[in-house]
Amino acid sequence: MNNILIAGVGGQGTILAGRILAAVILEAGYDLKVSELHGMAQRGGSVVTQARWGERVFSPIVARGEADVVLAFEKLEALRWLPWLRPGGQMLVNDQRIDPMPVVTGAAAYPEDIPALLTAADAAITVCDGYALARRAGSPKAVNMVLLGLLSRHLEFSAAAWEDAIRQAGPEKYLPANLAAFCLGSAGQ
Amino acid sequence: MKQLMTGNEAVARGAWEAGVRVVSAYPGTPSTEITENAARYAEIYAEWSPNEKVALEVGIGASVAGGRALTAMKHVGVNVAADPLFTVAYTGVTGGLVLVSADDPGMHSSQNEQDNRHFGRAAKIPVLEPSDSQEAKDFTIAAFALSEEYDTPVMLRITTRVAHSRSLVELGARSERPLPPYVKDARKYVMIPAYARPRHAAVEARLTALGELAETTPLNRVERGEDKSVGIVTGGIAYQYVKETQPGASVLKLGLAFPLPRRKITEFARSVKRLYVVEELEDFWEGYLRAWGLPVRGKEIFPWTGELQPEVLTAALAAETETEAGSRPSSPPVTVAAAEPPARPPVLCPGCPHRGLFYVLSKMRLTVAGDIGCYTLGCLEPLNALDTTICMGASIGAAIGMEKTRGPEFAQKLVAVIGDSTFIHSGITGLIDAVYNKTRTTLLILDNRTTGMTGHQDNPVTGRTLQGEKYREIDLTQLCRAVGVDRVTTVDPFDLKLMEQTLRAELAAAEPSVVIARRKCALIDREAARPPLVVDQTKCNGCFRCMRLGCPCLSRQEKKAVIAGQCIGCGLCSQVCAPGAIGSAGEAGETL
Repeated sequence: MNNILIAGVGGQGTILAGRILAAVILEAGYDLKVSELHGMAQRGGSVVTQARWGERVFSPIVARGEADVVLAFEKLEALRWLPWLRPGGQMLVNDQRIDPMPVVTGAAAYPEDIPALLTAADAAITVCDGYALARRAGSPKAVNMVLLGLLSRHLEFSAAAWEDAIRQAGPEKYLPANLAAFCLGSAGQ
Repeated sequence: MKQLMTGNEAVARGAWEAGVRVVSAYPGTPSTEITENAARYAEIYAEWSPNEKVALEVGIGASVAGGRALTAMKHVGVNVAADPLFTVAYTGVTGGLVLVSADDPGMHSSQNEQDNRHFGRAAKIPVLEPSDSQEAKDFTIAAFALSEEYDTPVMLRITTRVAHSRSLVELGARSERPLPPYVKDARKYVMIPAYARPRHAAVEARLTALGELAETTPLNRVERGEDKSVGIVTGGIAYQYVKETQPGASVLKLGLAFPLPRRKITEFARSVKRLYVVEELEDFWEGYLRAWGLPVRGKEIFPWTGELQPEVLTAALAAETETEAGSRPSSPPVTVAAAEPPARPPVLCPGCPHRGLFYVLSKMRLTVAGDIGCYTLGCLEPLNALDTTICMGASIGAAIGMEKTRGPEFAQKLVAVIGDSTFIHSGITGLIDAVYNKTRTTLLILDNRTTGMTGHQDNPVTGRTLQGEKYREIDLTQLCRAVGVDRVTTVDPFDLKLMEQTLRAELAAAEPSVVIARRKCALIDREAARPPLVVDQTKCNGCFRCMRLGCPCLSRQEKKAVIAGQCIGCGLCSQVCAPGAIGSAGEAGETL
């Protein structure tokens, strides 16, 4: 059984990333369940897409301590979903900070140096500057593609399968930048 | 051919395959996409109704006319539709009639987490409960067959995790169902007491027959596990958690959630040493098992509240069988020695027309009776602008009750706030009460030209149908005037000064008044986006008045405000900035 969480802030493109991942898994012939949330949570709140695949999948949600990979689009969200990671699991973090409203109002503090906090936990952590790589690929909006590229390094699926899924997910005119962003993410540079 | 579908897409697909002609609904998370997907099938007439009661009545009419009909709503929508529901339970159907109740355990996007299996029992109609997308489709089709065979409306109860999870679905063809000739049958459909009494007897007989069906239907099935000692009665999404975490246990899966198969359950109970009921929220099944004297464990160890989590189930059952082998070992989760990360509640979007309005309400220190929609988020810090939110349409009635209790002086600092779609749903009757009973209610209608929170559905105020066809817009001004409100004004909620002046004038008026705050939702207004604003760091005095807007683009940096993120240049912050530090690059803002 494979368990992945894609965590982020509503509006960051986690749902689209989840759909592309789902297409790749499906193409490989696995049973698959993907769970996401709609409605109120999407309005700039903490959001998560959960994907589980294998020979036969029952639960559509990942239990705490069982995610093989947590792909976090934002640092605080990485910290929030860390307890879902299994021991030895991969924590992939986009090096972006988005202040939640309690931080904006001064009611709470944004934790300092989240990567160090994560490193102290029993997890393999990779921090990636998704925005810089997306800009280098020609579209600052393609951060989710960079992060999918990063995720692809830890999964078994071929580059061609990812490319197919990305091709089918969006309009033609964004495709070159999206593919470039994915490649930069998967090359890790 | 198998396709990855959400539960909602699968329900719509099932309706189409079952030959459904009419789908009606009022949008509500997590049910909305059922109707949006149904509308994509050319053979189905689909509509947004003004509220769930009308939606169900449309479904009933379609059924009486001989067509199959499906009506979808969120769990609290069934409260609104309860009136027709309890009587269509008596009349029964001609064409199959299915009511989808999409419950929201955990309240991801709801004001309560009521368990609508209770409604099925109270209305004495069968309840089907799928546990994944394939079953969502199959059970929808089965529900129509059941509806016609037993002459009853059927409730299909889904929950958020079924509605919004994607899993594989085998697709089938549509079975066309020609309309039977229309036959008037007043004794069946005109529920005067003389005709309703025999129908009630028919309902009781039907329930007995359905109880017999429950014993044999494949919707209820026993799955024998290797472990003969533990038996679990479950259904819906909880079934998936049981299969995931207790692979060895014997399971009785209830696809027909009501009425229950007493003999089948009793026989299952006798075949195992320890019997559990695993169900999300209420002890709906457990209560029956206890009444039948079966030795069962359930709510002593499983939660009454919130979404059931697989790890909670694992932990509860592991504690029961601590000394025995077989339960899956679970490792302690990965954690760090740090405080709980700050919460990230949802916020009003950048450029949202509601933001400035709540800023003004908050600044004027008004008591605000709120309602259901995106604007409910105005209750959160820093806007902190709402005093009440109960249900769809409740703002006006609540304001009337407050005024009648605390008097006209209190009412001069009191407003009711409601969205355009919610006003049509059930606010208009409240406004009629405000006029009829001589109040001085000040009502703010936040007309953002869409049903925002559920994902931008059209409604009677936009005049566009579910299919996007433009017809007649409801004129809110005329509507309010027609029920007797003489003072109706329309303002742009981005004009903070005018908004405040208007509110002061209307609050002072000793009669009901309506202020329509009209501005398109920022997410659908293509013309709204302007270049992002910047804070001139040399002018910013660190007063952070701008922070009181609760805009996600503003943050504090070195005791100064900065703008980052998805600023669309709405200009609210520059209106409130005293030193005039905010503007488009190089330009000072106007101050309030």
